[in-house]
Amino acid sequence: MHGLVNRAIQSFVTNTYGGECWHRVTEAAGLGEFEFEAMLTYDDAVTEALLTAFCTDLGRSRGEVLEDLGTYLVSNPAVESLRRLLRFGGDTYIDFLHSLDDLNDRARLAVPDLHLPALELREDGNGRYLLSCGPGMSGFGRVMIGILRAMADDYGALVMLDHDGAETGEGPDGGAGDAGEVIVVTLVESAFAAGRAFDLGARAG
Amino acid sequence: MTCNDTLARLLARLCPMHIVVDDTGVIRRAGPTLQKLRPDHPMPGQRFLDLFELTRPRRTCRFDDLLASGESKLNVTFRTAPHTALKGHIVPLPGCAVIDLSFGISLIDAVRDYALSSADFAPTSLATELLYLVEAKSAVMGEYGQLSRRLQAARVSAEEQAFTDTLTGLKNRRAMDHVLARKAGGGIPYSVMHIDLDFFKQVNDTLGHAAGDHVLQQVARILVEETRHEDTVARVGGDEFVIVFDDLTDRPRLRRIGQRLIDRLQQPMQFRGRPCAISASIGIAPSVEQPLSTPAGLLRLADLALYDAKHAGRSTLCFAAPRSGTRTACPPGAEVDETQGGCPPG
Repeated sequence: MHGLVNRAIQSFVTNTYGGECWHRVTEAAGLGEFEFEAMLTYDDAVTEALLTAFCTDLGRSRGEVLEDLGTYLVSNPAVESLRRLLRFGGDTYIDFLHSLDDLNDRARLAVPDLHLPALELREDGNGRYLLSCGPGMSGFGRVMIGILRAMADDYGALVMLDHDGAETGEGPDGGAGDAGEVIVVTLVESAFAAGRAFDLGARAG
Repeated sequence: MTCNDTLARLLARLCPMHIVVDDTGVIRRAGPTLQKLRPDHPMPGQRFLDLFELTRPRRTCRFDDLLASGESKLNVTFRTAPHTALKGHIVPLPGCAVIDLSFGISLIDAVRDYALSSADFAPTSLATELLYLVEAKSAVMGEYGQLSRRLQAARVSAEEQAFTDTLTGLKNRRAMDHVLARKAGGGIPYSVMHIDLDFFKQVNDTLGHAAGDHVLQQVARILVEETRHEDTVARVGGDEFVIVFDDLTDRPRLRRIGQRLIDRLQQPMQFRGRPCAISASIGIAPSVEQPLSTPAGLLRLADLALYDAKHAGRSTLCFAAPRSGTRTACPPGAEVDETQGGCPPG
């Protein structure tokens, strides 16, 4: 797993639950004193062990934890640059949803060895969209739900999100094996609240 | 005016930064984004060359010269601040010319200076993608910068703990200090040989540092070849070497080794077809002759003996004078080695 993904998890754990929690989790995962480097790649088993230890530590399901991770990635000031990069997708939430088709290409444009699952958006009519997450990163759909929810707040849109596990055979752990996942996005109102400002020229510090 | 209204509307939608200039050089229309850059000064009616300074083609000062030049590419900057640079593409038409302008690489500053949004660019424009890339690149570079700083810190601390001289592969001074420290109270006799190259500076000065480095590597190879595996060979300064001989204090044997080293080091080494002639001076201090000396003291005695060897005319070796009495604060000088033409007295 790419260091950026691992680093995002580390940032989420430390900034939300504290350095003490990160320490407990790395110990429980058998990593000892451990910090990820964002620009190096790690064995998938490391990420897996870490997430398992983290969920056990919190006593929460993996799905919930991953959704929170997604929300954190967009809403926490410590990772402001990611929100900005996502906002380049468009001026409205609908534009943003359509830009997700290019998300993994965009990610690769910035970091050539970062491979995210392919995303595909289908319009279902009546403000309903189906977002298919390709295989390759178990639980990515859950993270995307958190991201989609936080981005809706960011744009001031009112949406309902469902993880449609039935279509892909969701595993008991809240991940979805490796067959990919489908998220149902129902847009209730695209301009529900003011949302957060996005200034094209202001660079995230 | 040949450019009719339909064309004007089409241009305003497709090229929000275009400008239409009549053949007298007066601006007739400006696209909405271009006009947004000077919101208080309507562009239509101004002379194109009053608003912009032409930086390419450079020697053109009249608008009809520009048209006559046949150039299609042009670069301009605003005459008033902010002096944003724009790239342009001029297409002459009967009675007027259409110039489509773009920010080019100044886009990043322009978006900030004029608070532009993606609505100011045509949907096909790559402006947003360029901004995305710049921002993504900065974020990634930031991460790499942090990684580099952490790696640099790790490298410095690794170097501080390193025991190897990177140029020659010999032990370094730190390693030699460790070896000598372990000799204290060890009971096993040993000798310290201090070697200083003669004429090395001349090689460096006349043939360059690459030649000097080459010589140091050859010297290192010879020192290793002429010593046993258990001996410690260290480069302790620019052209200074120390050998610690384990369980070897016999003067004739040490002298033979030292002399062989001098003989071999004196044979000219070749560097890119040019000879590098050096030699060596050597000071030796066997521990059994200095029963009260600490390892550091023995090293100092070897150093003094080396000093005498240098004074005796270089390419020689000297032994430290034996001391068996009480420990003295000031180390005794070297003793002339009479048996094999060592250092002549005085």
